[in-house]
This record gives sequence, structure tokens and C-alpha cells, in this order.
Amino acid sequence: MNVRVDIEAVMRAKGRSFHLRASFESEANAVVLFGPSGSGKTLTLQAIAGLMRPTGGRIQLGGRTLFDSRAGADLSPRERGLGYLFQDYALFPHMTVAENVGFALNPGWPGRLDAASRQGVRDMLENFGIGHLADERPARLSGGQRQRAALARAMMARPQALLLDEPFSALDPLLRVRMRRELADTLERFGIPALLITHDPDDVAAFAKTLVVYHQGQVVEQLELGDEDERKRRLPEVIALLESLDGC
Amino acid sequence: MTASLVFTPLLLTLKVAVLATLGALVLGVTTAYLVGRERFPARPLADALATLPMVLPPTVLGYYMLVLFGRQGILGRLLIDVFGLTLLFTWQGAVVASCIVAFPLVFTTARAAFDSVDPNLVNAARTLGATRLSLFCRVVLPLAWRGILAGAMLAFARAMGEFGATLMIAGNIPGKTQTLSLAVYDAVMAGRDEQAAILVAVVSAASLSILMFSGTLLRPAR
Repeated sequence: MNVRVDIEAVMRAKGRSFHLRASFESEANAVVLFGPSGSGKTLTLQAIAGLMRPTGGRIQLGGRTLFDSRAGADLSPRERGLGYLFQDYALFPHMTVAENVGFALNPGWPGRLDAASRQGVRDMLENFGIGHLADERPARLSGGQRQRAALARAMMARPQALLLDEPFSALDPLLRVRMRRELADTLERFGIPALLITHDPDDVAAFAKTLVVYHQGQVVEQLELGDEDERKRRLPEVIALLESLDGC
Repeated sequence: MTASLVFTPLLLTLKVAVLATLGALVLGVTTAYLVGRERFPARPLADALATLPMVLPPTVLGYYMLVLFGRQGILGRLLIDVFGLTLLFTWQGAVVASCIVAFPLVFTTARAAFDSVDPNLVNAARTLGATRLSLFCRVVLPLAWRGILAGAMLAFARAMGEFGATLMIAGNIPGKTQTLSLAVYDAVMAGRDEQAAILVAVVSAASLSILMFSGTLLRPAR
């Protein structure tokens, strides 16, 4: 899927300002935005999702213009139809797992679900191996179960693409390896393009067909890493590049 | 001493306080949500204006109300023309006075409650396609209701004790606009010590239980 991002944003908070100037384009179905925290990755993802309005520029995804400051185009998050996996998963704490996932099927008010929709929610939960947790509150779930629930919720809305903000940073290292494999499976099973943020080189090795490197609010490098074998072969080169950036 | 000396003002006070609290609840929650949702240049002014009735002397509020709702006031004339209603020396006047005084208590607690809702939960709902209405009703309100309810309890307690603004706009007419706090004043001034003591006990007990209940609501549950 084609993704084109060319945006600028100035954020001001408490007297400090941050200038984001991000530009990249990719045909790959798995794009990884890599960089240290505070380098503008999350702002870029929020801009693509329609949660943050850039000062200027253009965002296109799969041939659709989501945002274009010159043409005055700015689709609402709802119209963009993108799935978003938040760093802390952002499950609604006052709803059960099934209600969380059901929210994606009928996000209006009062949001009742018919029998077919309820069955759809159950199927999706089974699909992610958390059918037995349908009536639990998110607070009672483990880290891995929370991620599955959040993914199930995002996929339930049948998004065109999935945006993932540091999907494994909330997990302990052992679980991280397993969930990384699970996510790769999920992306393949649903055949959905993904844009993923990380500062973990292991995520780059696992997902990055296109690698976009951020530093201090700017895209400083873009690499086409291709399939898994090529990624693994070129990983030392990539790590050397990332380490050189850390120093500057 | 007849029971009606206590019960008449007690029932009137409850009626006035309930209606005033409902009004303050609707106005306070709506204003808090709108003011808190967007950053706009006049937000500090809006915050200060909405909190003002909490710190202004009730007599000053009463004065403003007389100017606005009096027979020559803009709103006063409108009320007479449209509804045939006046707030001067009526129990409806007492309701409006209590409502204005209680409003900031709902506003400030609701504002804090809305602020404490994790912005990522709101963002999550938006990416899932939530409309403005469902965002408010299904995500923000359920996460903020404890704080709002506690604010409503405080507003009710404040409305029950309203004195100054009520006296100025609704007067002190026994059986018509004389609420508990006005009745206490009246009883003391007339030397009816026994009645005053009973009224004071009733007001104190009611206020104390409301404060204790709202205190448990405001304490974090988790």
C-alpha cells in the first residue's frame, strides 16, 4: 500500500516548542518509524490517524488524501478508517473485553449490538485466543492479553491499515519475543498494511520492509530493507547507522 | 410550637435545593465539558467567570440578579412576557439564586473530573469511529461520574444553606420563600429560641451527612 507523508507541525507547551518536519513515502506493507523518544514519531502517527492536526502539508494513504492543508482537506479520524494500537493499549477500563471490542462495531450512542454483531465479537475474541476473557475488565488482564484485546478491538473496525505505537514497550522482554511473532502472524492473517513505531532494533528486524529513521523532529534516513532474509542480513549495517545517530 | 414551623421551611428548602442542584448539574457539566475540551485564548477568563459566584459575596450576586431579573431587567421582562413569571418574591427566585451559587461547585469538580480522563482513551474512541455524543456518553461521562456526583452533592449542600442572594431576590416570606436558613434568622431575631435550635440541628445534620457522603465519592476508589 502506498503511503505518502509530508507534514510540518509546531507544538508549544509550557514555553517549550517542538518542530516536526517529517517526509517519507513507501510502497511497502510494513513501515517502521524508528528513533529515540521525543523525535516526533508518535506525532506523525497521530497526524496520520487524524488525532493531531499538522500546521501544514499532506498525508496520503492507499491513494486517498487524508489531509492536505493547501486543498483544505482534513478527514476526521472516523472517516480515515485506520486502526490504532496505543502504547498502553488504551482499553476502556469501565467496559468488559467484549464491550471494548464491540465498541468498534457500533461506536455510536447508545451503541447496542444485534445478535450477529455479538457473534462477530465472540469470533474475533476466539481468533485472538481470548474468548474466555470476554466478560473480564481490562484491569484483570495480563500485558499480553491486553495487547490481544486491543488488537482485536482495532481489527474489529475493519481498518484499511494499522498504526502501532511502540506495541511491545509495555511488555516484559520474554513476552515481547512471543507477542512480536503473534503480531507478525496477525498482520499476515488479516493481510493488513502496518505502520509501526519503535526504538527497539529487534522490531526493525521483525517488521521493517521500509525503515524511516527519525531524529529531533526530522526524518534523517530512509532504507528499503525488503523481506525477512534481507533484513536479517543487513541488520548489522542498520544497527551501526542507528548507533551513529544516538551519538549525535 | 407547631410542627409546621419546622416542616414548612424544610420542605420548601428541599424543593428549592433539589431543583437548583439539577439546574447547576446540567449547566455546570455542560460548561465544564465545553471549556475543557478545546484550548482557546479566553479559556482562563471562562474558568474564572464560571468560578466567580463561589467567591463573590451572595449580596453582590443578589444585586446582579435584581438588575437582570428585576421588573426593568432584560431577563426579568423576558420572563414576564414569555412565561408570565417573575423571580421577585417567589420560590422560583430562590431556585435561581441557589442555582447560581451552587453552579461553581459542579463546574470546578466536573472540570477536574473531565481533565483526569486519560486523553488516549478519548483518542482510542475517536479512531474507532465514535461520534461526539457517544464519546461523551460512553467514554468521558462514565469515567468522570464520581467526581461529578461529588460536585453535585456539594452543590446540594450549598443550595440548602443559601441565604444572601435568596433574601435579596425572593425575600423572606413564611410559607412562600422562607427557606431553612432564612427561618433560622427569623426565629433568632424574634426570640423563638426553641424553634431556632431545632432548625439549626436539622440543617447541621443534613449538611454533615451530605459532606460525608461526597467525601467518600471523591476519595479514589482503586
